[in-house]
Amino acid sequence: MHKLLTNQPGQKVLLLGNEAIARGALEAGVAFAATYPGTPSSEISLNLFQVAQETDLYFEYSTNEKVALEVAAAAANSGLRSMCMMKHVGVNVAADALMTLAYVGTRAGLVVISADDPYMFSSQNEQDNRYYGKLSGLSILEPSSVEEAKAMVPYAFDLSETLGEPVILRTTTRINHSNAVVTLGALRAPQTKGRFEKDPFHYVTVPAVSRQLHARLLENMARAQALAEESPYNFEEGNGTWGVICNGVSYTYVADAIQDLKVEDQVRVLRIGFSHPLPAERIGTFLSGCEKVLVVEEGEPYMEEAVKAFAQERGLSLPINGKGPTLFSRLYEFDPAMVRQKLADYFGIACPPSAVPDLSDVPEIPQRPPTLCAGCSHRATFYAVKKATEGMDVIHPSDIGCYTLGFLPPLSMGDFVICMGASTGSAGGFAQATSQKVVSFIGDSTFFHSGIPGLINAVFNNHDMTLVILDNRTTAMTGHQPNPGVDMQELKLEGYGQVALEPLVKAIGVPHVVTIRPYQLKKSIAAIREAVAFEGVSVVIAKEKCALYAKALRQLRGKPFRVSERCQNHRDCISDLGCPAFYLEDDRVHIDADICIGCALCAQVCPENAIVPVKST
Amino acid sequence: MKPTRLIIVAVGGQGNLLASKVLGEAALMADIPVRMSEIHGMAQRGGVVESAMVFGDARSTIISDGEADVLVGFEPSETLRALNKCNPRTTVITNMAALPPFTVAIGRGTYPDLDHLKRLITEKTGRLIAFDAAELARAAGNIMSVNIVLLGALCQTGILPVSEDMVRRAIETRTKAAFVDTNLKAFDLGYQAAVA
Repeated sequence: MHKLLTNQPGQKVLLLGNEAIARGALEAGVAFAATYPGTPSSEISLNLFQVAQETDLYFEYSTNEKVALEVAAAAANSGLRSMCMMKHVGVNVAADALMTLAYVGTRAGLVVISADDPYMFSSQNEQDNRYYGKLSGLSILEPSSVEEAKAMVPYAFDLSETLGEPVILRTTTRINHSNAVVTLGALRAPQTKGRFEKDPFHYVTVPAVSRQLHARLLENMARAQALAEESPYNFEEGNGTWGVICNGVSYTYVADAIQDLKVEDQVRVLRIGFSHPLPAERIGTFLSGCEKVLVVEEGEPYMEEAVKAFAQERGLSLPINGKGPTLFSRLYEFDPAMVRQKLADYFGIACPPSAVPDLSDVPEIPQRPPTLCAGCSHRATFYAVKKATEGMDVIHPSDIGCYTLGFLPPLSMGDFVICMGASTGSAGGFAQATSQKVVSFIGDSTFFHSGIPGLINAVFNNHDMTLVILDNRTTAMTGHQPNPGVDMQELKLEGYGQVALEPLVKAIGVPHVVTIRPYQLKKSIAAIREAVAFEGVSVVIAKEKCALYAKALRQLRGKPFRVSERCQNHRDCISDLGCPAFYLEDDRVHIDADICIGCALCAQVCPENAIVPVKST
Repeated sequence: MKPTRLIIVAVGGQGNLLASKVLGEAALMADIPVRMSEIHGMAQRGGVVESAMVFGDARSTIISDGEADVLVGFEPSETLRALNKCNPRTTVITNMAALPPFTVAIGRGTYPDLDHLKRLITEKTGRLIAFDAAELARAAGNIMSVNIVLLGALCQTGILPVSEDMVRRAIETRTKAAFVDTNLKAFDLGYQAAVA
């Protein structure tokens, strides 16, 4: 039995934030869940995917976040409690659906999880998705801890049903990827079959209907604000006339700072957990009792600006600060010592200085950047593209996935990355705007997610470009989630369809399509050369299962290689491929047999043919 | 209970997350408040993996520079890189078996001299326990148990509020059944290495 299905209310367990959120959904009786994987949200989905294999829960990996939200919106409007989870930038993809879904609303509870990533541990930006509350008119809840994240999910479902609107639960990486002890509640049996009751003057958003629905949304926002005023997730702590207003993990840093500085009787804290609509009355009352207020929030001055506006409406002129050159930054994440220091400085409290030792005499430590794995087939494809386009002036738009790492030397394959799918759209733009060659890269999952429209665009507008689809047969970066190209029978799961890439690309009308096996270097280079020479749109599908995924499926058959005595120390292997299986010892190249998967790429690159299979003994 | 803060640094694949999970489960069994944070995702592709654990009465799950009571490093250059988390009272436990990053092999950067590294850590912190945990893991029967060897050494210091017995029980119940014996042996070897 899956550990999240333990039905022993009161039992204490150690859970990852994302496990706690999944458990919260099960305690809320979630019946339907859809997602596109994205760090830091991925483990919520992974756990629900596993739970769905043992229960009546319906779970799906959708092709992208917009589809996931549409699927969930339909289920919720058929009466099923539904959840849809994604990383912060996924909400951008889903935003078109989200904005008008807010007009239409929901019948059964619908909770949308937005997992934000301050500091960009694994993201391309650190946008603050609280603004989606303002933009859409939907309620936003923000937990400060793992325990609270679990508790807020059932609250969010109830709130969603009270308002008849989706509710956004916004987390940050330090909630998703923290562990804490959580007390289990009772599991609630879900209602798993619904019925859609037709009501076109509510559900069909032609202008005349939407004019009514927008007014309905504003009424719901007013009701939501009244609920925020009373919500137990907006609470006060401590005494005194110095005020702190904070949210999310910042609250935990503030709480620790107040304890460390022993100022419980001087500082009063208003913790905001129901942050859209903000409880204006409650904040106004809090301000009236303060001489000076500090707003502590990671990201944008979302609360600070609103708090200042509430003060103005009440004619209050006390100092209210948050972001600023000597205060908090809009950049990156906070940490406990930083919050303690800023809080002490702002209110004039004595604070012991930091005890970090002087590290000026520590030598520079070589960097250890994330890198493509040993034997990663992307490395082989990148190298083949490099060889096939040698001497040409080529732009390489790339996309979001493990292969984004190909931009690093020695491969240096990646010149322009902005968002999921942009490798196909931007490739056409570069081709049209310049006389440079364009060879762009996209993964299989990202191609299904949002690469297809860009490729159709390229065919229609006849852009001169080559798209390389790095088809590693899984969604690797986020932990090997299925995508529409995956053979689900390999995972012993029945009832799935499968979309083959080559016929799909041909059906789009791409005039030159070729599939290569990237470990066959010579053939791959020749095929890529031909595709690049083709005038118009060409697609190369580089098909080879992700080595880590193949290993997990026990399909890795390769034997490790070694560097034989024929080696003349040219080091083309190391300097051109950068595979982490290589290491230097006594100024000679060696291969770590424990991590070499035997892809044989380096053996094909070595000018002396000095790299040979390890003989089995 | 006064908070005790532990940072574990490792290279992706060294089992850092399992080590922190074992300690977390041990704390849960002993009813000691515990919170921890870790970084997943892109950082794991051969990069550095850091986890932070806070035992006792604190709400934060991360640890600021200069605030670790204990630093456990699974790789010597990563231990050195994490010195900013330490202060003059911090106890540092490090594996001395080097895993030079790939950047060294392609000539971008020089791996630090290990004697110099030990001297630097000793000068700047309260106490250094340094030994070859990879050798002890091999002696225990599984090179992958470097993480458990270091847990043994960590428990010997007595700095954490979780007892040695609780950690043993967590190893017995929370690591894969097939590895429990080698893991317990690895734990003992690490414990003894810290005594010496």
